[in-house]
Amino acid sequence: MLRYSLSRFLGAIPTLFILIAIAFFMIRAAPGGPFDAEKALPPEIEANLRAAYHLDEPLYQQFGRYVLNLARGDFGPSFQYKDYTVTELIAAGFPVSLKLGGSAMLLALLVGVSAGTVAALRQNSRTDHAVMAVSMTGISIPNFVMAPLLILFFAVYLGWLPAGGIGDGSLRYIILPVISLALPQVAYIARLTRGSMIEVLRSNFVRTARAQGLPERTVILRHALKPALLPVVSYLGPATAAVITGSVVIEQIFGVPGLGRYFVQGALNRDYTLVMGVVVFYGTLIILFNLFVDLVYAWLDPKVKYS
Amino acid sequence: MIGRSQTVPPADGAPQPVKGRSLWVDAWNVLRRNRAAVVAGALILVMALMVIVGPWLSPWDYDQTDWDNVSIGPDLDSRHFFGTDALGRDLFVRTLHGGRISLLIGVVATLVSLLIGISWGATAGYLGGRVDHVMMRIVDILYAMPFMFFVILLMVFFGRNIILIFVAIGAINWLDMSRIVRGQTLSLKHKEFIEAAEAQGVATFNIIRRHIVPNLLGVVVVYVTLTIPQVILVESFLSFLGLGVQEPMTSWGALVNEGAQEMGTAPWMLVFPAFFLALTLFCFNFVGDGLRDALDPKDR
Repeated sequence: MLRYSLSRFLGAIPTLFILIAIAFFMIRAAPGGPFDAEKALPPEIEANLRAAYHLDEPLYQQFGRYVLNLARGDFGPSFQYKDYTVTELIAAGFPVSLKLGGSAMLLALLVGVSAGTVAALRQNSRTDHAVMAVSMTGISIPNFVMAPLLILFFAVYLGWLPAGGIGDGSLRYIILPVISLALPQVAYIARLTRGSMIEVLRSNFVRTARAQGLPERTVILRHALKPALLPVVSYLGPATAAVITGSVVIEQIFGVPGLGRYFVQGALNRDYTLVMGVVVFYGTLIILFNLFVDLVYAWLDPKVKYS
Repeated sequence: MIGRSQTVPPADGAPQPVKGRSLWVDAWNVLRRNRAAVVAGALILVMALMVIVGPWLSPWDYDQTDWDNVSIGPDLDSRHFFGTDALGRDLFVRTLHGGRISLLIGVVATLVSLLIGISWGATAGYLGGRVDHVMMRIVDILYAMPFMFFVILLMVFFGRNIILIFVAIGAINWLDMSRIVRGQTLSLKHKEFIEAAEAQGVATFNIIRRHIVPNLLGVVVVYVTLTIPQVILVESFLSFLGLGVQEPMTSWGALVNEGAQEMGTAPWMLVFPAFFLALTLFCFNFVGDGLRDALDPKDR
């Protein structure tokens, strides 16, 4: 197990490196620069600025410098938000995004797994069809469509919940963003759980457990649930990626001051270092989380061989 | 896999030569019984027909301003069936025009991803060994990338033209396809007809093209119907952020974005495009699910 973990960990390093390289060279290849303004800067000042940010060095040298700084947790200064380093901006935005995304994932898991299990236990019943219809709708309505519809209904017409911002950070403000972020994942996880649960319920060990006269509750919770959850566990990686991507537009719609908004703003302002920082940060997060999920999966599934 | 005559139960009585049912006849029979999938498929056809023909049925043009009817709700007298937007443009025509773009991107980008995915997966699977290992490792690495972020960067930095959207979306969607195709190829590789072709000295490329790829079609068809809605979703996502199709052209994502900004005063601007977008995604998902049930031999 330890060797397996270690080799998986080492395997993630080239992936990380390629992530950084793609982001770095793509941004450098883009037309336009961080100092483009309505009024052109005097050439001397621009040259000084470029020198100060090491933009006058050859590309490979800049890249090397960036990677080395990254290793020290230094994402460089932001080009647009004066006096802030990207590290500071990430530190300011990430907790908000984490609260949002974390709650959404938690909600998706709780509701998705329970709904899927209930549907599987009553396969082809009315409950089952209802759950599946709702989840198909959840998958088909993108979160950026769901979010304005929720605002329209709950904030504009009913006036129950605030339409945006995070105000004092209380629960009221994050309900709508969390729901819009979680809904597609709820739907997907419900479908996954239902499918694998149906398969597991037909398997021999469940029949044996039932034959031994165990109460249905015990059969489901103690025996069937764990193997049925394996596909859900391996979906956690893509789910996290989807929630992070979704948070970019959800934060935009609800005016939540998280990392996603910094990303869109930074991209529009050509704030090289900020955009790179967010991509590298989120990319790393996704890669590490995938690694973690793989390890959990290997630990849960006795069939995985450590090789 | 294509001629699966062995799945036909032996006929009673005199042993007649059993006519092999092709995969497609088989699949059609299963699919036909899945009412939801059939209805969804019909709806997709209606939708496609509507976005192609519909704009001609209205007296308005998608970029034409009706100064007398700016930002009005659905109104039959002025023939603004879905109302107009804040610039007085007819929403019915714009929604259908947006649908043209969204569906077009869905189909074209899916074809791009299909082309890359099939060639990559079939090659890796058939050649096997070290080539396979390297090719799949590349897929693994790319799989871990936050692609949406890269597409956003691409759109922001290299201008927002529609060709780039096709390519960018197609280029990120081929990974799943290549994995599925590779798996399928691996299982085909040791079939007798491939061995026969090898023994006859058919060139590797021709074996892949003539014998492997046609046998992958079942899986591919299922996957295509599931990829199209994903692609439409990505495009709408980009357009929603203002990074996709540019004014006065439009797509469902762009329309939903405009609608979301005006929803307090003009809810119809949000509701109509959102409904069309969701309905289309819904139908494609249903057809994809139905096809998977029909073409997946596992469940029989």
